[in-house]
Amino acid sequence: MREALRSSIDTAVAVLRTLAFGQRVAACLFALLALLPLLSPMLGGSYLLLIGERVMIYAIAALSLELLIGVGGLVSFGHAAFLGVGAYATGMLASHGLGTLSVALPAALIASALFALATGAIAVRTRGVYFIMITLAFGQMAFFVATSLAPYGGDDGLTLPTRTLVLGTRVLKNETAFFYAILAMLAVTYLLVGRLVASRFGRVLRGLTDNEMRMQAIGFTPYAYRVTAYVIAGSICGLAGFLLANQTEFVSPAYMHWQRSGELIVMVLLGGTGTLHGPILGAAAFLMLEETLSRLTEHWKAILGPLLVLVVLFAKGGIAGAMEAWRQRKLTFAQLLAAADGLARTMAAAGVERWRLGSTALRGGVDRLALLAKGATKRAVTRWKPLQVALGGRLVALRQSAERGLALAAARWRRR
Amino acid sequence: MNAPVLRLERLSKSFGALRATDGIDLDILPGETHAIIGPNGAGKTTLIHQVSGVLASDSGRILFDGRDVTHMAMPARAHLGLARSFQITHVLPRFSALENVALAVQARSGSSFHFWQPVAREELLNAPALEALAVVDLTARAHTPAGALSHGEKRRLELAIALAQAPRLLLLDEPMAGAGAQETHRLIATLRTVKRATTMVLVEHDMQAVFALADRISVLVEGRILATGTPQDVRADPAVRAAYLGEAA
Amino acid sequence: MSTSLFVVQVFNGLQLGILLFLVAAGLTLVFGVMDFINLAHGVQYMLGAYLAVTFYRLTGSVFAGLLLALPASMAFGLLLEVLVFRHLYERDHLEQVLATFGVILFLNQGVKIVWGAAPLNMGVPDVLSGSIPLMEGLRYPVYRFAIIAAGLAVAGALYLFVAKTRVGMLVRAGATDAAMVSALGVDIKRLFMIVFGFGAMLAGFAGAMVAPILSVEPGMGDQILILAFVVIVIGGIGSIRGAFVAALLVGVIDTLGRSFMTDGLRLFLAPSTARIIGPALASMAIYLLMAVVLAVRPAGLFPARGRA
Repeated sequence: MREALRSSIDTAVAVLRTLAFGQRVAACLFALLALLPLLSPMLGGSYLLLIGERVMIYAIAALSLELLIGVGGLVSFGHAAFLGVGAYATGMLASHGLGTLSVALPAALIASALFALATGAIAVRTRGVYFIMITLAFGQMAFFVATSLAPYGGDDGLTLPTRTLVLGTRVLKNETAFFYAILAMLAVTYLLVGRLVASRFGRVLRGLTDNEMRMQAIGFTPYAYRVTAYVIAGSICGLAGFLLANQTEFVSPAYMHWQRSGELIVMVLLGGTGTLHGPILGAAAFLMLEETLSRLTEHWKAILGPLLVLVVLFAKGGIAGAMEAWRQRKLTFAQLLAAADGLARTMAAAGVERWRLGSTALRGGVDRLALLAKGATKRAVTRWKPLQVALGGRLVALRQSAERGLALAAARWRRR
Repeated sequence: MNAPVLRLERLSKSFGALRATDGIDLDILPGETHAIIGPNGAGKTTLIHQVSGVLASDSGRILFDGRDVTHMAMPARAHLGLARSFQITHVLPRFSALENVALAVQARSGSSFHFWQPVAREELLNAPALEALAVVDLTARAHTPAGALSHGEKRRLELAIALAQAPRLLLLDEPMAGAGAQETHRLIATLRTVKRATTMVLVEHDMQAVFALADRISVLVEGRILATGTPQDVRADPAVRAAYLGEAA
Repeated sequence: MSTSLFVVQVFNGLQLGILLFLVAAGLTLVFGVMDFINLAHGVQYMLGAYLAVTFYRLTGSVFAGLLLALPASMAFGLLLEVLVFRHLYERDHLEQVLATFGVILFLNQGVKIVWGAAPLNMGVPDVLSGSIPLMEGLRYPVYRFAIIAAGLAVAGALYLFVAKTRVGMLVRAGATDAAMVSALGVDIKRLFMIVFGFGAMLAGFAGAMVAPILSVEPGMGDQILILAFVVIVIGGIGSIRGAFVAALLVGVIDTLGRSFMTDGLRLFLAPSTARIIGPALASMAIYLLMAVVLAVRPAGLFPARGRA
């Protein structure tokens, strides 16, 4: 038994050695996820499974967004719309009794692909800030269309009668089976996106992000490639939507809200763009952060907000970037301590500087005031001096007469 | 007489009140190396941008192998066999030198809408790319990211990318720009080998390169062609001397 | 569908358009001059409304509330600029999006912490309450007219400022080519602060003006932000004129669409179908408009940046 365990560990390590760093990270993640259902009875039951499922579903969505942001250089702020389209396709079909795998899954994929084609064909004609705003607008459009679909629940959403039937069976009702189904989908997505990035198409897409002018000069028309990437990414996200609808057995317009699109971007950036394991890490990190923070306080978003700002300002490259820096010895514990120390010192120095400047300004103001005051007192003194002298003389005379009076009284007292 | 590879008819482009190119007529004959010289601001780069498709022309025609390409987009012109290098280096910084050149080969090697096979292993692309790199003497740096190359190496990479397109016409916009004396010599030697097999238009300031390589020279001044002819004819032309060459030639 | 209802909705659309213009004007200048995508502009609008309500409660006067909200909005905007946004100008758009998204989360939640999650209300000032007759059998609230008038006045003042003053010229120059303006020796930091502060004040002004007629609640700035984006995309980044035209267009089309789409569809579709498709199409109307404009003019109707 021990021999078998040792030899399997040896094989695993040997396989890991052949992989690149990022692939090793991903392999570990997948192994961890695969073990989760086995560990869950000991660590909190199906709750852990549900979190794991959410992480995997959003990891698929984040991977699809990475294809746009990291590979294609297209910052889409409406990506959650595809989650919603996929989910609604599943939900709507289920509500009409067409909730089988052979119908629901292709429908989700095709619906999101079509939506991506329609919106992408227009959005991709623009670049930069325009593109961000247009994708945001289209995402919101999808949201509003969903809220106005009264027969499908409108604002309140739609409950699915049951999870998608696979070959007529309700096998997905078993949480463990569903978990492994999602894990399989995640693995397939990871492999597919990986092949895509390394393919001819992926190379062109990356080239267009690097230097569009050069690519045009050698003969590549950006539009066709970018729209294709948009459609592929949208379709993969539609798959995530299909899984989400099944996981919660519920679809609602909230899936497409622009804040969800923002959260997807957060996942991609938090995990680190430019890698495939990054989005998975980012989805896990974000969702676990959300879980823990929301237990601490109902105002957890007030903590998340500044955290995001800090991540943007200081932690470029996200988690994957930090891992890479660690691996290349660019980031060590000593460096972290030194950085924290340096930051504290800079803040202190800045504080001192600000106080110095402030106090100089204040002193200057006080000086000016003092000058004014001095002038005023001098004028007062000159005007009041004769009066003061007269008053002083009177007071002196008063004091002398008081002294004499007291001396007389004292003498009389002694002679009594 | 051979039909010209490139024919420009009354080509013009204005930026507001500035007439950058003003009614340019020019023929580039097959196999020749044609240099375009002129003072700064004469419109040389604008002309190259118009011919390659970066800028849309206001009026006139561009005929490439007899075909009117005046309104064609840049990628389409590249597919017809028009390759160019840029005055300000335009390489793909995150890609290796080999990948940069391989992309140029990829553009003319069938569809790039392939999503599964890893492209890095495609010999069909890598072999011609390595050849182009060998011509410009960059084989040793094939796997270095283009962003990490020295300025001179980047200029050579620009040339390699253009060569890898197996072009019918090569437009070189100041390939010697910013190159030191040694780099310049190297580039001239490389271009001497290249010029045997390709028709070239060479925009250059470096007179040494121009006289070493050009079969014919056109002088561009204030958006118009002042003179066209062999190097000797142009050197001797009094109008050209007055406007541009001065006593240096 | 009566004429009076139509006229009312046109005016409502104009009112919405004016508000959108006030929000979009600041946003488009910030995009144009600083190339900075500021998602947190919507919370600026929301804060204007909250500040107006707060000052009203403190002073008892609606006018005081509206007036005091203006400098307070500007101050808050400048505070955000100094604390957060200033460090983002050099970053790429993705990071700006993420950081300003974080600011939205923080402020939307912060507003809940300070004022509570329940919607707040504030009455219309007495002198502007009531309605005036527009035509036979049709009255329109005075306050809404006041909003339209105030908005037009501000639009006019903004136009004069941008077109006729020196600072305005610098702003226009900055929107066309910011690097060049900086290279010409203009204190670009000061210019950015002016642009930003003004934009924040305009958005706060819009928020303060709607406080009496809408319920003031957390997240009220989000939808306005997205509409403002649509306005800017249609009008062209960096262009005040474009923002004005597009804002009125969007305001009127959105309002009319919501009111009359279902009835309009009933002219050629069965009532039940119309009732389903109508609201959906109405909510899509302005996005379809945006799509159509972009198909024809990818840079918007009046783009500020010149392209060779």
